[in-house]
Amino acid sequence: MRRVAIVGTGHTKFMFNSPKSGVELLAEASMDAINGSGLKPKDIQAIYCGNVLSDFAEGQGMIQSYVADDIGCFNVPASRFEGACASATMAVRDAYTWVASGFYDIVLVGGTEKATAMGTPLATRTFAMFSDGRYEYPSGITFPAVFAMLAHLYSKKYNIPLEKLKEILALVSVQSHEYGVKNPNAQFQKEITTEQVLRGFMVSSPLQLLDCCPFSDGAAALVVASEDVAKKLTDKPIYITGVGQASSGKLSAQYKYLPRLRAREVSVKQAYDMSGLKPEDIDVCELHDCFSIASLIAAESLGFAEFGKAGELWEKGETRIGGKIPINVSGGLKSKGHPIGATGASQVYEIVCQLRGELVDQGRQVEGAKVGLVDTLGGDGVIVSLILSAD
Amino acid sequence: MEYKLTYQTYNEALKKDKLLGLKCNNCGTITCPPKMTCQECTGTDLEVVELSGKGEIATFTTSFVASLGREGEAPYTIVLVELEEGAWLMGNLIDIDPSKVGMELIGRKVKLGHKVYPGDMYSAGEGVRPLFSFAD
Repeated sequence: MRRVAIVGTGHTKFMFNSPKSGVELLAEASMDAINGSGLKPKDIQAIYCGNVLSDFAEGQGMIQSYVADDIGCFNVPASRFEGACASATMAVRDAYTWVASGFYDIVLVGGTEKATAMGTPLATRTFAMFSDGRYEYPSGITFPAVFAMLAHLYSKKYNIPLEKLKEILALVSVQSHEYGVKNPNAQFQKEITTEQVLRGFMVSSPLQLLDCCPFSDGAAALVVASEDVAKKLTDKPIYITGVGQASSGKLSAQYKYLPRLRAREVSVKQAYDMSGLKPEDIDVCELHDCFSIASLIAAESLGFAEFGKAGELWEKGETRIGGKIPINVSGGLKSKGHPIGATGASQVYEIVCQLRGELVDQGRQVEGAKVGLVDTLGGDGVIVSLILSAD
Repeated sequence: MEYKLTYQTYNEALKKDKLLGLKCNNCGTITCPPKMTCQECTGTDLEVVELSGKGEIATFTTSFVASLGREGEAPYTIVLVELEEGAWLMGNLIDIDPSKVGMELIGRKVKLGHKVYPGDMYSAGEGVRPLFSFAD
């Protein structure tokens, strides 16, 4: 297997009600990634595209093929990846695999979503499709409800009074917004307070509005190349040194293990083992904070805290820049936004920027960051883990 | 390999308040809702059995936001119930005010009933949801 690097990146603004189509959004991010790599569309050998709901949002299936044509990558093999919110991270992992194997040298990978075009009722319906449609949707499960049930389970299992847990969860959202203010691509550029979180509209008990990420439109893209090609294109290649992916079944089938998600533990172990690194080697992390409780659950399985103790990371400021493990200093899904088919590529974009030291001007650079971890969860069943390294 | 207990058969039984599961003849685990293989050992020597429909609430939420076409149902309480036979099952909880439930629900003993979900344009027909009520 060859070493593989990310050589160029692109990222649109994440927002509500984008005036642009899903194709246009990914075309913009893709051209920035291609141009930034010193390449032309004709140099791209394959396209891997994360996209989840354009069928519902725009009446557009097979969007990857239209993106390929739109940006002048005529007739290249273009594949769509659907793993709910982890779609683009799946695409990155596959791009890595095909380049590492020697089959391709230069691949474009990204994702696009236009979820807000659906409106909240249809968006809620389609997001519920990432729960078991046969056995669990009849009970009215929604995506917030999945994590709401995990929050109550977390409170019970780790013996943290619910009121105390909710205060910790509010800190997660507050921190995300604080960094989102500094990120020009973020959907929300507004600070919030703990009191505002705790006063919010109840979505699915105990999760209130500001415990939840928004519906979003946006795209992100990356050019991935073999090491020898990468070294010719850039003096700052960011290497993909560990990858993992795992899946699991319906929520009830994960029974005894909950609120831990076994798939995450399987996936991140693959990535750690492959890179030869441990949690303490990670300088900066983008993890899947679709809901505030999801951040705690993720941080524990990624190895940053003992089970039931992740709240202390946020309480002690360890997740901030300067802390033990800066987490979601992009604003995360909560504040940066969560266009689900693009989210994984956006998380990778953020880590690439950190490892290249490009975020000083935005006031959110983790000084000297050399190794980053990306964690993305799709529905209750797909996890992808990526470890990126500056050398 | 033929599916031992299909969604359709499982649902028809649930409509009569009969909860079916699969008993693994290899490891003894009860898998419910049904699958092709045993939830624990992946064995395929499975036997259809009727379960008690009794269990304890493992976790819950009250949803105040519903999907397209189901807005009239909100607020409603969803529970994951640990059945006496070990498997967990998702359903709704009745006989309560959904807007007032709290952590005291966890551990409460419940028994199974059912309600038909008529389905929507994405659901390939109707579904049947377990409807739990207090047994203690």
